[in-house]
Amino acid sequence: MATYILKRFLQLIPVFLGATLLVYFLVFSLPGDPIVALFGDKPVNEAVAAKLRAQYHLDQPFWIQYLLYLKSIFTFDLGQDFSGRPIAAVLGEVFPVTARLAIMALIFEAVFGIIFGLIAGLRKGKLFDATVLVASLIVIGIPIFVLGFLLQFTIGVQLGWAKPTVSSAATVQDLILPAIVLGLGSFAYVLRLTRTSVIENMNADYVRTATAKGLSRFRVVRVHILRNSLIPVITFLGADLGSLMGGAIVTEGIFNVPGVGNRLYRAVLSGEGPTVVSIVTVLVLIYCLSNLLVDLLYAWLDPRIRYDS
Amino acid sequence: MNTPVEIREEGTAAVRPLLEIRDLAITFKTGGGDVNAVRNAHLTVMPGETVAIVGESGSGKSTTALAAIGLLPTNGRVSGGQILFDGEDISNAGEKRMIELRGNSIGMVPQDPMSNLNPVWKIGQQVRETLKANGLPDGPDDVAKVLSQAGLPDAARRAKQYPHEFSGGMRQRALIAIGLSCQPRLLIADEPTSALDVTVQRQILDHLDKMTTELGTAVLLITHDLGLAAERADKVVVMYRGQVVESGPSLELLRNPQHPYTQRLVSSAPSLASRRIQVAKEQGVESEDLLAPAEEGLVEAAKPDEVLKIENLRKVFKLRSGLGRSTDFTAVDDVSFSVKRGTTTAIVGESGSGKSTVAQMVLNLLQPTSGKIVFDGVDTSTLNAKEIFAFRRRVQPIFQDPYGSLDPMYNIFRTIEEPLRTHKIGTKASREKKVRELLDQVALPQSTMQRYPNELSGGQRQRVAIARALALDPEVIICDEAVSALDVLVQAQVLNLLADLQSRLGLTYLFITHDLAVVRQIADHVCVMEKGKLVETGSTDDVFDAPQMEYTKALLNAIPGAKLMLPPDVA
Repeated sequence: MATYILKRFLQLIPVFLGATLLVYFLVFSLPGDPIVALFGDKPVNEAVAAKLRAQYHLDQPFWIQYLLYLKSIFTFDLGQDFSGRPIAAVLGEVFPVTARLAIMALIFEAVFGIIFGLIAGLRKGKLFDATVLVASLIVIGIPIFVLGFLLQFTIGVQLGWAKPTVSSAATVQDLILPAIVLGLGSFAYVLRLTRTSVIENMNADYVRTATAKGLSRFRVVRVHILRNSLIPVITFLGADLGSLMGGAIVTEGIFNVPGVGNRLYRAVLSGEGPTVVSIVTVLVLIYCLSNLLVDLLYAWLDPRIRYDS
Repeated sequence: MNTPVEIREEGTAAVRPLLEIRDLAITFKTGGGDVNAVRNAHLTVMPGETVAIVGESGSGKSTTALAAIGLLPTNGRVSGGQILFDGEDISNAGEKRMIELRGNSIGMVPQDPMSNLNPVWKIGQQVRETLKANGLPDGPDDVAKVLSQAGLPDAARRAKQYPHEFSGGMRQRALIAIGLSCQPRLLIADEPTSALDVTVQRQILDHLDKMTTELGTAVLLITHDLGLAAERADKVVVMYRGQVVESGPSLELLRNPQHPYTQRLVSSAPSLASRRIQVAKEQGVESEDLLAPAEEGLVEAAKPDEVLKIENLRKVFKLRSGLGRSTDFTAVDDVSFSVKRGTTTAIVGESGSGKSTVAQMVLNLLQPTSGKIVFDGVDTSTLNAKEIFAFRRRVQPIFQDPYGSLDPMYNIFRTIEEPLRTHKIGTKASREKKVRELLDQVALPQSTMQRYPNELSGGQRQRVAIARALALDPEVIICDEAVSALDVLVQAQVLNLLADLQSRLGLTYLFITHDLAVVRQIADHVCVMEKGKLVETGSTDDVFDAPQMEYTKALLNAIPGAKLMLPPDVA
């Protein structure tokens, strides 16, 4: 197992290089001059602009810019964003917020998705199952920005059950509503996945055998149906953590969450190459690591899967 | 002759039956309305007695047994009659009462050892939860004791392993351990060994017999094999299309079957048929007389030349063992034999013996590592692409699984016509005529042409597979377990059809099977394989009468019903 994990970590190196190169190239190719944009409506002072270009190496060709950027990463000096703050500090500020949001969303979708999915699966074809299935289709069908504004307005503004926007501290309480909105789509998916998996396992021969042993219904469900049904669900949840981190742009925009999505969006608009690449690179690494975590979880849940030998 | 029945009736008066099923009706709710799966079923199991329910798939035998332990599928229910367990009607008992009974009063050993153990829990845990649920001591020693009683060697260590680390036989032993762990008074054994190799089958059934005798457990044995039922059970109940058509003491039922269905079953159960030939031979009757029509017409058809000659065939597979390393596994080791034109040669062996690998090499689907396959005087390894194409026209396969080997998206006409089109034979009209002829030959109505495989039964599909194999007028047909997946009566029909086609068309068969009973009925020559090696060859009569090797003897002894004494004129 150790060899396998080591191998997977070594695979991260080409992924890291490829991702940074690609993202750097995309930002480099963006139309418009970011330095000119900085002046806004004011007339451009050529001397200042040239100084800024030199500071951010924007006067260099692409390959030099990219290599300089790699050098800065390995010397742990990511440089500064356009407002002059160290990028490392920016990352340290936005990632904890988004991580909190994503983990809350993940817990929400996992707990409710699995519970609802299990009940729906066990009561296949009954009223609860039908209601939940229709509701999950509606949730999947409505775009997240519609759902987001809808919940923000009803629950946040009209009913006042949760804060409609997030303070700069982004506490757990602030993030409840955004986390629900962020997790809703995946919640519906987890629910349907659990339900299908439970129904499949309910008809498995070993479940009938377990019942024939004289086990209580509760134990049959918990030990023989639920655990086996969770294997595909957990695979999905692990991979979803990565998408939740990166995919929170819309939700963060609606609720004004000071997280990765918001900062990334601003950086893209202002053409801050190093900031964009730094954020995306961290996201790529999180994605790779959460995939590794899924593969390890998978082996733990299903003893038939072994990565050595 | 009638004495056993009288004894049984006296016994019924004296002791209360452990399980009594009266007028049982079971209904399934399906999309097309209610289906009566079982009607008016009745049977009685006395304490300590073994009763077998025999029938083909869909006869309702498993459904009846599952009702007795309250495990009908959710769309099924008992719609009439009574199931009395020790005098208590449990046909509509609540779930709570059934949970009390399951395990320690009524145990179950299910059919398929591969799917009946939960793959994600250790064997020991699965035994332990059974003991725990029924209030028995459940320490590691207790678990190991239960497993070792079921004949599992090194039980304490084995208990820590997962099901996928067990062979089929070991899993079935674990399931028997679970079924008997709480010493139930009734054990429902649903085809407990039908998924296992014959020699393993015999060991497991012997062990099950021994354990249930020691514990005094009554057994309700569900099986499709009448020979096995008669050998293992005191009484046999025959079910057909949801109804009990006949029941009585085993030997009596076998000697004097009353219902037409039982008569057909007695006359065609392979284990019994092969036994019958054996008994007949011992009494001086020539087996050819009994094998009709299998060998009729063979005399003219058989030319003495060897159509297939296999010389020193070897196949080595490389097994990956991680990071570019590999170990060699010799699947077929120095196998030589020859097949005469117009005859049937059977290759017999258990799973893993390499018999199917030989078949695939003969079909030129797999390259031999060394050795030669000579077909009609030509070494098949020297053929170029065009010659292989021509070779395929002369050697055709029929595979085991008629569900898997027909394309579900092709209708029957397209399936049978495809080889003709591939080999560019005839015009559209002549091909259609040929397909009609082929369907006639395999006794399927011509209307079958428009249908799809999922609309046909297993036997009909296998007929389609035979028709497809015959389409190119081949000389040799390789049957890889071609009848193993079929019910006994259908199996008998298909075997008759193959024999009939052989005598009419002068076909040569290479028959790959694990079932010696089938071999006895169809083959002229037998090759016995064990672990990749050919351990014995000879004419069928010689091998059956005077087996030379221990392994062959073990295989022969494993045919169910071998202990039964049957007159040759039974049925």
